[in-house]
Amino acid sequence: MSSTGTPTVLSVEGLKVSIGEHEILRGVDIGLRPGRVHGLAGESGSGKTMTGLAALGLLPHGARTSGRVVLDDGRNLLELPQRDLNEVRGREIAMVFQDPATSLHPMLSIGRQITEHMRHHLGLGKAEARARAIELLGQVRIPGPAAAVDRYPHQFSGGMRQRIAIAIALACGPKVLIADEPTTALDVTVQAGVLRLLRGLCDDLGLAVLLVTHDLGVMSAVADDVSVMREGLVLETGPRGQVLRTPEHPYTRALLDALPREGS
Amino acid sequence: MRILSRLPEAWRQPLAVVGAVVAVAWLLVAAAAPLLAPHDPLAQDLPRLASPGPGHWFGTDQLGRDILSRIMYGARVSIPLTLLLVVLSLLIGGALGACAGYFGRWVGEGIMRLADLVFAFPTVILAMVVAAALGASLTNAVLAVLVVAWPAYARVTRGLVLGMREREFVLSGRLLGFSAWRSLRVDVLPNVTGPILVLATLDIGTALLLLSGLSFLGLGAKPPSPEWGAMVAAGVDVFDSWWVATFPGLAILTVVLAFNFLGDTLRDALDPRTARAIKERAL
Repeated sequence: MSSTGTPTVLSVEGLKVSIGEHEILRGVDIGLRPGRVHGLAGESGSGKTMTGLAALGLLPHGARTSGRVVLDDGRNLLELPQRDLNEVRGREIAMVFQDPATSLHPMLSIGRQITEHMRHHLGLGKAEARARAIELLGQVRIPGPAAAVDRYPHQFSGGMRQRIAIAIALACGPKVLIADEPTTALDVTVQAGVLRLLRGLCDDLGLAVLLVTHDLGVMSAVADDVSVMREGLVLETGPRGQVLRTPEHPYTRALLDALPREGS
Repeated sequence: MRILSRLPEAWRQPLAVVGAVVAVAWLLVAAAAPLLAPHDPLAQDLPRLASPGPGHWFGTDQLGRDILSRIMYGARVSIPLTLLLVVLSLLIGGALGACAGYFGRWVGEGIMRLADLVFAFPTVILAMVVAAALGASLTNAVLAVLVVAWPAYARVTRGLVLGMREREFVLSGRLLGFSAWRSLRVDVLPNVTGPILVLATLDIGTALLLLSGLSFLGLGAKPPSPEWGAMVAAGVDVFDSWWVATFPGLAILTVVLAFNFLGDTLRDALDPRTARAIKERAL
């Protein structure tokens, strides 16, 4: 594994998951460091989403697992009791989903969705939480945050909704953000904005971001480190430049060759 | 008419208006029965089996009681009990179904097999058996209908919750660290209440029919209680005097129809597809 000096805030170590005879993850190692975006690439079914969910201690019912998902304080998420896990989720690790059309509660105002877990986890008062929500909406560049806080998800465009989803994820000041294909459901022009936002937040807040994507273009735009997955195994991990420019594994090379290129 | 045009499209349909008016009228009758009824519903001081006419518009029964007054007082028995019954089945069936759908596994399987067991019997027969086993009284009749009515709610709720549970915002709520109960209460249930309320409104008619049916069969209200089903049963003994059975029967019919119209309307109003279809028809 590449070491960049800073210690990891969350590391997945030798994670194996199988349901019945079917092995979904066959030994995954990934370390997330503060202020760095770790891109996780791979085709559908390669286990990248499962890895993202496992990083939140969420595994499918009836799955057999081995390996560890360790926080920087040494706690293993896979062995935490539900109550402690609920304390970690949303507060220390948060998630942004692929499609903001379905990941926001359609019947609750934006403000309620941003403040509810803040009040739950941090014990903030109503007014305090609301002020923080408005601040967060400004931070993810929602125009007119003071008015937006009282509106509902359907009153926003897809890109705006994804920004709101990011604001919700960041509300409790987590150390780790898992973003599962956060731009896949968005227009290309909107994608760039959301990626820039993620990159900026990562730098400003010292967030450790796990960016799950099948899009190597997205990956090369924002990731610091890259892992390539296939069939439940991490084939290659390293700094972006190294993996994308001088790939060691033939599968990584094949993925890169599959990208449309100028002039060809 | 101006007030009408402000209502949503679905509520402006003729059947919706009729349903609402009749239902509200019955609720008012039930509330104000002592003020509206011309006679004491239990007093036997009128001529027996008098045909409808001035002084006793719906006639009198074989004991000389005014049928109009009895129907009005009967509304205070049948309508509140029916509503209570539907609310209880909704709460019990809904809660069990929601647990079955959300938590799944053996709890859910257990609940749903119990529901299947109830579904396996014809509704009326099972209600009769339960009512007979508990002993004939109005309370036991309500319990009997409750026993046969909750599984429908459990099934519908479970199906809706199963679908909703897979939605990303529900998962998202769990991943923000909320408990399963909060997720069920805030994320899942508000999004499934619409269809369940429609079912409940449509079920009011069925529940009233079952409840009066049990009384008709002698398994519910006891004389001299002015319960509609029991009144129809009394009329069967004096078939020549058609008014004795007909008017309580009409009371049941109008309440059932009114709430069915309301249920249909509620469904149309809550389902955007039918709401749009109504709009297009109106244009």
